[in-house]
Amino acid sequence: MSSPEKWTHPGPDAAPATAAKPTAEQVIAGLRATDEGGADLVQLLTPEGERVQHPDFDIDITAEELRGLYRDMVLVRRVDREANALQRKGQLGIWVPLLGQEAAQIGAGRAMRPEDMAFPSYREHGIAWTRGVKPTDLLGIFRGTDNGTWDPVATRFHPYTIVIGNQVLNATGYAMGQKFDGKVGDADGEATVCFFGDGATSQGDVHEGFVWAAVYDAPLVFFCQNNQWAISEPTERQSRLPLYQRARGYGFPGIRVDGNDVLATLAVTRWALEECRQGNGPILIEAFTYRMDAHTTSDDPSRYRLSDELELWKLKDPIERVKVHLVKQQWADQAFFESIEAEAEQIAIELRDYCVNLPDPPPGRIFSEVYAEGNPVLEAQRDEFLAYHAGFAGGEH
Amino acid sequence: MAAPTMDRPTSAAPAAVQTLTIAKALNNGLRASMEANPKVIVMGEDVGKLGGVFRITDGLQKDFGEQRVLDTPLSESGIIGTAVGLAIRGYRPVCEIQFDGFIFPGFDQIVSQVAKLHYRTQGRLKLPMVIRVPFGGGIGAVEHHSESPESYFAHTAGLKVVTCSNPADAYWMIQQAIDCEDPVLFFEPKRRYYEKGEVDTTAAPGPLFRSRTLRTGTDVTVVTYGPSVRTSMEAAAAAEEEGRSLEVIDLRTLSPLDLAPVFESVRRTGRLIVVTEAPSESSISSEIAAKVQQECFYSLQAPVLRVTGFDTPYPPSKLEEEFLPDLDRVLHAVDRSLAW
Ligand SMILES: Cc1ncc(C[n+]2csc(CCOP(=O)(O)OP(=O)(O)O)c2C)c(N)n1
Repeated sequence: MSSPEKWTHPGPDAAPATAAKPTAEQVIAGLRATDEGGADLVQLLTPEGERVQHPDFDIDITAEELRGLYRDMVLVRRVDREANALQRKGQLGIWVPLLGQEAAQIGAGRAMRPEDMAFPSYREHGIAWTRGVKPTDLLGIFRGTDNGTWDPVATRFHPYTIVIGNQVLNATGYAMGQKFDGKVGDADGEATVCFFGDGATSQGDVHEGFVWAAVYDAPLVFFCQNNQWAISEPTERQSRLPLYQRARGYGFPGIRVDGNDVLATLAVTRWALEECRQGNGPILIEAFTYRMDAHTTSDDPSRYRLSDELELWKLKDPIERVKVHLVKQQWADQAFFESIEAEAEQIAIELRDYCVNLPDPPPGRIFSEVYAEGNPVLEAQRDEFLAYHAGFAGGEH
Repeated sequence: MAAPTMDRPTSAAPAAVQTLTIAKALNNGLRASMEANPKVIVMGEDVGKLGGVFRITDGLQKDFGEQRVLDTPLSESGIIGTAVGLAIRGYRPVCEIQFDGFIFPGFDQIVSQVAKLHYRTQGRLKLPMVIRVPFGGGIGAVEHHSESPESYFAHTAGLKVVTCSNPADAYWMIQQAIDCEDPVLFFEPKRRYYEKGEVDTTAAPGPLFRSRTLRTGTDVTVVTYGPSVRTSMEAAAAAEEEGRSLEVIDLRTLSPLDLAPVFESVRRTGRLIVVTEAPSESSISSEIAAKVQQECFYSLQAPVLRVTGFDTPYPPSKLEEEFLPDLDRVLHAVDRSLAW
């Protein structure tokens, strides 16, 4: 009831990852980003591939399930690397790399059920995969032929959101709707997961989403992928406290999970979704991970972070640790790994072919579907444009 | 606080006439203002070590320190709202919004506070702050990175809105905007950032809130601003080959609109075409058309025509060439105007 709060700044014990004020050297060297994530970090599989227990979040995992998670991660990484290469070859205008965040996304995505809803930001290619979105459907927005071509209703995977933080309120409203529709409270309840970055937590929309989800008990899992950087700005530029600790101030639980550990991410997200389904939401999950590539293909990370940092995080690679574990357990043999490689290669080929053959949209696309019910003024403008356009084409004959 | 005058010598510019890109001219202009006035601070996302995503603030944090070049949290409402407080406190904040489409999280602060504090306090509070916005399309970007939101701000009383179209203006206008006692929205034509031009850092600049006639002509007046200035100048050159003489006016200031030179021009040519990337409905181009028909009714030989972006969201980038006014669309409008 009246637990004596200490009116002091949280000390290094409370906040190992973002304790007090970092020294300039620490920030410049990105040293904070190489932190282990602190004592509260939930981990089930160490970077060395050792299975460890956790009192609250342990799960049983079969060999087949773990092979499935491994396959997911390898395939989405291959998709990501291929798309990155396609951008370098001028086939995509820009690409937003996922590299390093495979475990966070596959763990969270595989914890969801088909009837759950996902609200991504723009880096969630791994979540897209788990929602059944074809990798080729991710290309339109980055090639500039469309704004993303998947069906958000059928896949329950919302369109990518570029304006930082906007989707958090949208997800909150959707989750409120799930609750109002009576989809919360029993075993076949629904829930929503909303994805955003560490930088996004500075936006008003995210704060407002926390407030609304709390006061309406929305069945919503806020899934923050703390990949340590918001373009050039380290997490210290957004927060003084570890991000998961903020949840408490809004009145719901916050948990920090090893975002490079697919088992831990799966376990924690499953638990959080179950809480939501039971009506105990919302919950904030901070997946502590690392963006191993540039922010986007337009970015130059050498301007703001040291390669040492990258080297350190490579040791925590989310895929390698699963591979080591599979081998140690004798849950997978060489043939298995080779078959996954082959499958990844095939997906990459399909992605490449699809991309280079993706036709430019017809000029009329500019005007299509601006309104659900039409707009006579715009239709007249379209007709005039198309007539002008046709005149040109004719003139060239 | 007395605003520094504009004829100060600037140490950032060793030679009097330099060839610079718009990006570098803005960088030099910011540097000159920061050197001249210790109260000038630059703030925004990634403006420090990275130098901004377009590198407009490159090197400023290194030279002026972290307290004058603030890498801010990722929050536009925060950037603009805190700049209000800093300005009240005597600073002259220059806020960078990373891309046009990201100004909207800060929109509330701009229209509710930035625009109205001077009025509400009957002049007791001044807000000498600048909000820099890279705007417009043509760079092949994904959605929200190519918008032309200037009309929202011109529509709001209490704000001043300007846009540069060449390196010399970029260099001087940014300094003049910083010196201005009112809040200024400063729109930078991002697809022209790396185009070069001469900047004379000693010749006194013209006034900030004035349009400028770039090319005189007798047949049709073309009014434009920002990224469309170059398109319009190219159209004028092409029209000349067909024996048509276009007068081109670079507005430079969108609020207040400086239309006197436009009226004067239209009275001579009898014809006006407004060229802008922004959608046309309820926009700056609408405003110009309305005022010109009001002031020049008896001189007009043809209705005012507009060549603009369409009244749709900015399209996927593979279609932006169709969306953006190009030389052909301007020339087509010239044909239509002259056919009247
Ligand atoms: C409202 C808004 N402001 C600025 C930007 C430009 N921008 C794009 S991504 C980004 C950094 C985002 O960092 P974070 O939220 O940590 O997500 P991450 O990209 O690291 O996954 C910025 C500043 C934007 N897209 N939207």
